[in-house]
Amino acid sequence: MNELMSVMNELLSIKPVVLWSDVLIYILVASLGLFFYQLSKNPLARQRWRTVFHSRAGVASFIVILFYLLIALLDSLHYRAPLEKTEGSDEVHYSQEVHSVLDVVLTELRNKDEKTYSAPFAIYSFAKENMQTDDGVVYRDFPRLANAGQHLADEADHGKDVFVRSMKALLVAAFISAVIIGLHIAWRQRQQRQQCSRGLTTQQTLPWGTIYLTQSLLVLACCWVLELSKVYHILGTDKVGQDVLYWSIKAIRTGVLIGTLATLLTLPLAIVLGISAGYFKGWVDDVVQYIYTTLSSIPGILLIAASVLLIDVYIETHPEQFNLVAVRADFKFLALCFILGMTSWTGLCRLLRAETLKVSQLDYVQAAHAFGVGHNRIIYRHILPNITHIILIALVLDFSVFVLAEAVLSYIGVGVDPSMASWGNMINEARSELSRDPLVWWSVAAAFVLMFVLVLAANLFSDRVRDAFDPRSA
Amino acid sequence: MELLQVENLSIELLPGKYQQAGRLLVKPVSFSIRAGEILALVGESGSGKSLTSLALMRLLPEALAIRSGRVQLAGTDVFDLTEAQMNSVRGRMAAMVFQEPQSSLNPVQTIEQQIGEVLRLHKGLSGAALREKIISLLHEVGINDAEQRLGWYPHQLSGGQKQRVVIAIALACEPQLLIADEPTTALDVTIQKQILELLNELRRKRQLAVLLITHDMGVVAQMADRVAVMRYGEIVEQAAAREFFAAPKHEYSRALIHSLPDRRHFLSAPAQSEPLLQLKDVRVWFAQRKGILQRVVGHTKAVDGISLSIGRGETLALVGESGSGKSTAGRAILSLEPLAGGELYFAGERIDQLSQRQFLPLRKRIQVIFQDPFSSMNPRMNVRDILAEGMIALKVEPDAEKREQRLQALLQRVGLEVAHLDRFPHEFSGGQRQRLAIARAIAVEPELIICDEPTSALDVSIRGQVLQLLQELQQEMGLSYLFITHDLSIIPHLAHRVAVMKDGVIVEQGDTEQIMTAPQHDYTRSLLASVPVSPV
Repeated sequence: MNELMSVMNELLSIKPVVLWSDVLIYILVASLGLFFYQLSKNPLARQRWRTVFHSRAGVASFIVILFYLLIALLDSLHYRAPLEKTEGSDEVHYSQEVHSVLDVVLTELRNKDEKTYSAPFAIYSFAKENMQTDDGVVYRDFPRLANAGQHLADEADHGKDVFVRSMKALLVAAFISAVIIGLHIAWRQRQQRQQCSRGLTTQQTLPWGTIYLTQSLLVLACCWVLELSKVYHILGTDKVGQDVLYWSIKAIRTGVLIGTLATLLTLPLAIVLGISAGYFKGWVDDVVQYIYTTLSSIPGILLIAASVLLIDVYIETHPEQFNLVAVRADFKFLALCFILGMTSWTGLCRLLRAETLKVSQLDYVQAAHAFGVGHNRIIYRHILPNITHIILIALVLDFSVFVLAEAVLSYIGVGVDPSMASWGNMINEARSELSRDPLVWWSVAAAFVLMFVLVLAANLFSDRVRDAFDPRSA
Repeated sequence: MELLQVENLSIELLPGKYQQAGRLLVKPVSFSIRAGEILALVGESGSGKSLTSLALMRLLPEALAIRSGRVQLAGTDVFDLTEAQMNSVRGRMAAMVFQEPQSSLNPVQTIEQQIGEVLRLHKGLSGAALREKIISLLHEVGINDAEQRLGWYPHQLSGGQKQRVVIAIALACEPQLLIADEPTTALDVTIQKQILELLNELRRKRQLAVLLITHDMGVVAQMADRVAVMRYGEIVEQAAAREFFAAPKHEYSRALIHSLPDRRHFLSAPAQSEPLLQLKDVRVWFAQRKGILQRVVGHTKAVDGISLSIGRGETLALVGESGSGKSTAGRAILSLEPLAGGELYFAGERIDQLSQRQFLPLRKRIQVIFQDPFSSMNPRMNVRDILAEGMIALKVEPDAEKREQRLQALLQRVGLEVAHLDRFPHEFSGGQRQRLAIARAIAVEPELIICDEPTSALDVSIRGQVLQLLQELQQEMGLSYLFITHDLSIIPHLAHRVAVMKDGVIVEQGDTEQIMTAPQHDYTRSLLASVPVSPV
């Protein structure tokens, strides 16, 4: 009871912090919810999306994307913990460090720094150190890690311990999955009985088997990570001894955000300018074409580097606006998304202009003209729906491109703030790690795997969406 | 001696992702062709006639396969050959000419290169001999100044010349069998006549066996020695041309022959009243722009001073070949193109100077039906939205409930069902779509409908039904039509008056009977002479 009270107290005493990128991610999640709510009211769109979710790859990749999004959301609920009160002062001071809910979940990972590199699952450090025996003899060897495998009575039990703990995680995961799936199956059967009693024919169902499997695998991964990370560094540690797994999970938020934000920023410009150029032609077309021809003949990297430097200067000259490291990093990050978006709308704009030119010559647009339908309505009803497939495809391709672009930009030093976890920063560090002997591969591998899974899921999902929405396949 | 013998050939669609069992697209068909003979394989789209010809050459697309049958070409069984042997059969023994000369030729190679390629490959010619052979081939297919045109690219040739080049390529290796798949469908009637004459002459000179695939009974009547009628993948009738036209046995054959123009019955013009639509010296010019400032350097005169008038309840056919400016004239009446000069009157009021907003009330009174029923409807809208769009935009029926009733009545009027309201355009056949397009146009109760080639994308049997519907609607609603067409054969059934257009001007206009029986202008006469007619 006392414990609960102290937890409650602690919860009440924290100070929530809302960064601008947090707001954007809340909006993103909310609009996703709104989208599904709208879907339930529109039978036509629902039919189309149903074909997406009826394919195994589609639904599996969607669940993976949702999982990433969930992590990003957890990582976006920020707060500052209160510092211990100094004596004789009633004022509460808050820590300069900003943490998120995800940090609470991953406390085990966060607070177990080593001195330097260590390999995955290792119990000894990667670098030799000078040590002393009890009788004062100095010798040089690999030291034991401070936070990995300390519980092992006998080092020979290392492999066995990992196995036992994995099995334990498996059992826990199987139990959780079984409960979730069992509850869901029971619910489905009740639904079905109700439908039968109302005389409704059962509609074709989603590939539940695939959904259960994906869900179970994700639960298993979570359990395994949480169980083993208590006593080991699953993906090793980096140069300053921080847990690689922790940082690569933290980087999910950066990756998801940079992908979606930069893409969403390109969309309005590309769609509005592209469609107006293709639809109105004449001087509008000329102006738009001049703009994007000019913009795309300046090297994108140059623009980005110049803008990032400008932002750095702005931050330096306005220190009062950026009282926290996190706020500064966040501002820089948003600016980067914005610049990426601004420099890469030209490709999509060009595509949309060409497609609009084509579509606006089709008879149904001419027929709408002959009915005196207004320009706005023609664009909204006739042009936009018939170029949506291009937008959807571009959206997901751009998403992958931006996630990868972040890595490149960090490499040349104009990426996100070094204090922010990002796959780009991890890959950047791999420059020196990969030239070591023996190789330090785990850092870059962790970034690669997490990035790969995200981009692959996005690509698979986009394929299904395109299949469902392309008018030619209908 | 039969050159080509096809026995019980059947083609199936292999089972794929979307269907469990294979489906037979061509049921066992048998036919044969002698050297020097033209066999016309007639049928509507989807009847399997093109598939049959592709199967003869073993060029079927991947999803299809030959299920059974034998094809013997000059004594060798085509299906026994290896792919390498087959390659030498294609071109040397049998050659193909396709419908669209534009896409059969490579746009970045000269004529000499394209004809030469085949000769070099199959005959091993080179140098002066090759060039000589190419020139003689071009002469043979009737291209003048062959020596000068060797270095030309396809875009420098007209449609008819391109088709001649395609035929020259087909003939380069002296094949014994020529498969011509709708060789004249993409061409204007006057050019069609020349190409058909060329084919006829070639087969006589070279003793070619020709498999002529077509949907046009006029072409069949003019060319074929024997006729095979195909429908739903089956040959329903096969006979010598003379017998076939004299006494068709199958019901379907009779329907096809019936679709040929009847030059004896004409519609009489309704009593003349005040003209509904009047064009006075209308000009539509497109500016040619050049340079970085897009200055106007000249004009393309698509329509260069035409005058005509249409009375209430009257149909005026505007006839011309592609590029004559007839569609542009229609668009100008709809105010979709600005006029460069002239005057437009509708029901006595001048309308060419109205702004788009002022034109809005007229949109209700002037409507349009387009040629291609596949592109004239937004694939993402259902039938209800498509039909209601104009009614909402023009505020014909703002009340949703009454509008729904109107829509249902409209669908039934054009011969569709009420249940079709919730479907999407791709679920309909071409003829049904054209009915929908008609329903969309009459939904706003117009007085004048501009029909821009509304039947040229349809099969002959469906064409008749759609024209019938248009005529019924004219009688019921007192509609006037401006019927833009290149197809003279449908005019006697349909139009009260005819205007013939060439290069942006009207060369002749008058009552249908007068134009069709006693044309004054040379161009009209040559147009009429090019229309293939039934021998009966």
